[in-house]
Amino acid sequence: MDILKKLTRKSRIKSPWLLHFDCGSCNGCDIEVLACLTPVYDIERFGIINVGNPKHADLLLVTGTVNHRNKKVLVNLAEQMPEPKIVVALGSCGLSGGVFREAYNVIGGVDKIIPVDVYVPGCPPKPEAIIDGVVTGLEKFSKKKDG
Amino acid sequence: MARTIIPFGPQHQVFPEPIHLKLVLEDEIVKEVVPALGYVHRGLEMLADVRDFHQMIQICERVCGICSTIHAQCYCQGIEELMGIEIPDRARFLRVIWAEIHRVQSHLLWLGLFADAFGFESLFMQCWKIREKIMDINEATGGNRVNPSINIIGGVKRDMNPDMAQWVLTQLDLVEKEVNHLEKVLLNDYTVKKRTVGKGVLTREKAMELGAVGPTLRGSGVEQDIRQIGYAAYGELAHRPVVGIDGDAYSRNRVRFLETLQAIALVREAVSKLPAGDISVKVKGKPEGEVVTRVEQPRGELMYYIKGNGGKNLDRLRIRTPTFANIPPLLSMLPGIELADVPVIVLSIDPCISCTER
Amino acid sequence: MKEVISTTKGTVVSKTVDMKKDGYRFVTMSCVELDADTVDILYHFDRDLHLKHLRLTIQKKEAVPSVSLVYFAAFLVENEIQDQFGIRFDGLVLDYERTLYLEKEAPDAPYCRISVSRDVKSGED
Ligand code: SF4
Repeated sequence: MDILKKLTRKSRIKSPWLLHFDCGSCNGCDIEVLACLTPVYDIERFGIINVGNPKHADLLLVTGTVNHRNKKVLVNLAEQMPEPKIVVALGSCGLSGGVFREAYNVIGGVDKIIPVDVYVPGCPPKPEAIIDGVVTGLEKFSKKKDG
Repeated sequence: MARTIIPFGPQHQVFPEPIHLKLVLEDEIVKEVVPALGYVHRGLEMLADVRDFHQMIQICERVCGICSTIHAQCYCQGIEELMGIEIPDRARFLRVIWAEIHRVQSHLLWLGLFADAFGFESLFMQCWKIREKIMDINEATGGNRVNPSINIIGGVKRDMNPDMAQWVLTQLDLVEKEVNHLEKVLLNDYTVKKRTVGKGVLTREKAMELGAVGPTLRGSGVEQDIRQIGYAAYGELAHRPVVGIDGDAYSRNRVRFLETLQAIALVREAVSKLPAGDISVKVKGKPEGEVVTRVEQPRGELMYYIKGNGGKNLDRLRIRTPTFANIPPLLSMLPGIELADVPVIVLSIDPCISCTER
Repeated sequence: MKEVISTTKGTVVSKTVDMKKDGYRFVTMSCVELDADTVDILYHFDRDLHLKHLRLTIQKKEAVPSVSLVYFAAFLVENEIQDQFGIRFDGLVLDYERTLYLEKEAPDAPYCRISVSRDVKSGED
């Protein structure tokens, strides 16, 4: 059993699956995330695949500001992901609320709702920065204890 | 038949954004649709209270990252109208150049996502690969891949020297060649046709009645494009709206595809006619009065209502984005189709939720 | 804004019907706060790239007759105004009960800077 566990763990580090959730971003960050998946930047070379199901995911990429409605969805998604997991907040909005921080329906950054492991600044962050953030996340991932 | 309610979204792999539809189904057939919005609502129109009217340009750019330049252009145009500013000719042409580059980018993005909606992943990758060239143009000319941020009140912020313009044109030649290459697949492929022809039909009358805009309206055979008003430099460029006939997903797809090529041609024409001179004028005073201004965004008509009171903060800024207008037509397209076609139809209006909810 | 026609609560629906008969496309509505008690509601229409507007000035507490039966497309923006200004529309074809955008935790009628509307969100209290 132990071997199996170790094996799963190792493969999760070598080929993490990614879930992307847009929490009220302006789309700028989302299209950059998608740009990472497409041929020019191609994060699939790190074994990373974009999945739609939180139960399959190891990494959660969150873009944009949290508002009163999508915070429930965000918590829900994060809870469904198996431990250990890594949350990466992308863009000024995901970090602090960015340019929208004073708007009435904005709570603030992602870390107001769920714990965040990696912060990637930029408005929007360049694909290189996103890839860097994800790879940093993987390092943290390998050090995390099973939940 | 038993009725089932299927929640569609808010987190769905096909959509990069949270859109939520409650689908009432009978068997596999959609009977009713109720949209649920609010997942991306920020309330940014209210930011006019805390930012002055110059700073609002940055906010307007971030209504939507896909068409940021055009949002800023519309806003600046409105303020200029309020303050009676005449912008230099060169600035008008430069605005067209950047707006059209943006349109190419947005349409390619959409063509890719649309292909992804019916599971044609290699086409998705191909479109996005071509699109990266446009992103490079944005970065080289504007300094940022997504928000080139070149509009200011009274003109534009950056100039394009002849070398740069030439380089942009050569890049666009490459893009055009590759886009032409896609035609065979996008418009003639058996699979693509099978998934799009006759799906999500919107008749001409319905489109007018429900207030559809942009390619959704033109796909139904209505020749209406805000660029016909001739704002910025469009009045001096050869431009004719692309129209479809059938009003189905295929025809909207075709309209957008042809518009991509048209946008490239417009950039070429604008560069060739680019007049010499200043790129901006000095702005004095504060906006006062109310104005409604419109531009054509990749997704359709974009309307800004601006009310100024002579102070540095605006009284009211109201943004009506194209997707907001295209949601009622979408609701009329969906009933009667199969569940499996829902993503294709939803994407065929090119939804931009962050625009819609602001 | 050149062509602005003033209307009253009683005539807004019939004027909209006239617009529809003339072949106008419904563009949108804008709501603007004037002072503590009144707001302006602007209806924008377009025909062949030519804009026409209706202006309706009302008290915040009054309910406005909905035009969503004339132009279905108006239901979204009327719901939006209900959310943002706390104004009620009578006869909406699809009423979100002021929860189109905003959850209960969010501020009530955030666009009314001068005075917060008394109208309580449905479902609460
Ligand atoms: S960080 Fe910038 S690009 Fe990203 S969602 Fe926020 S405003 Fe948009």
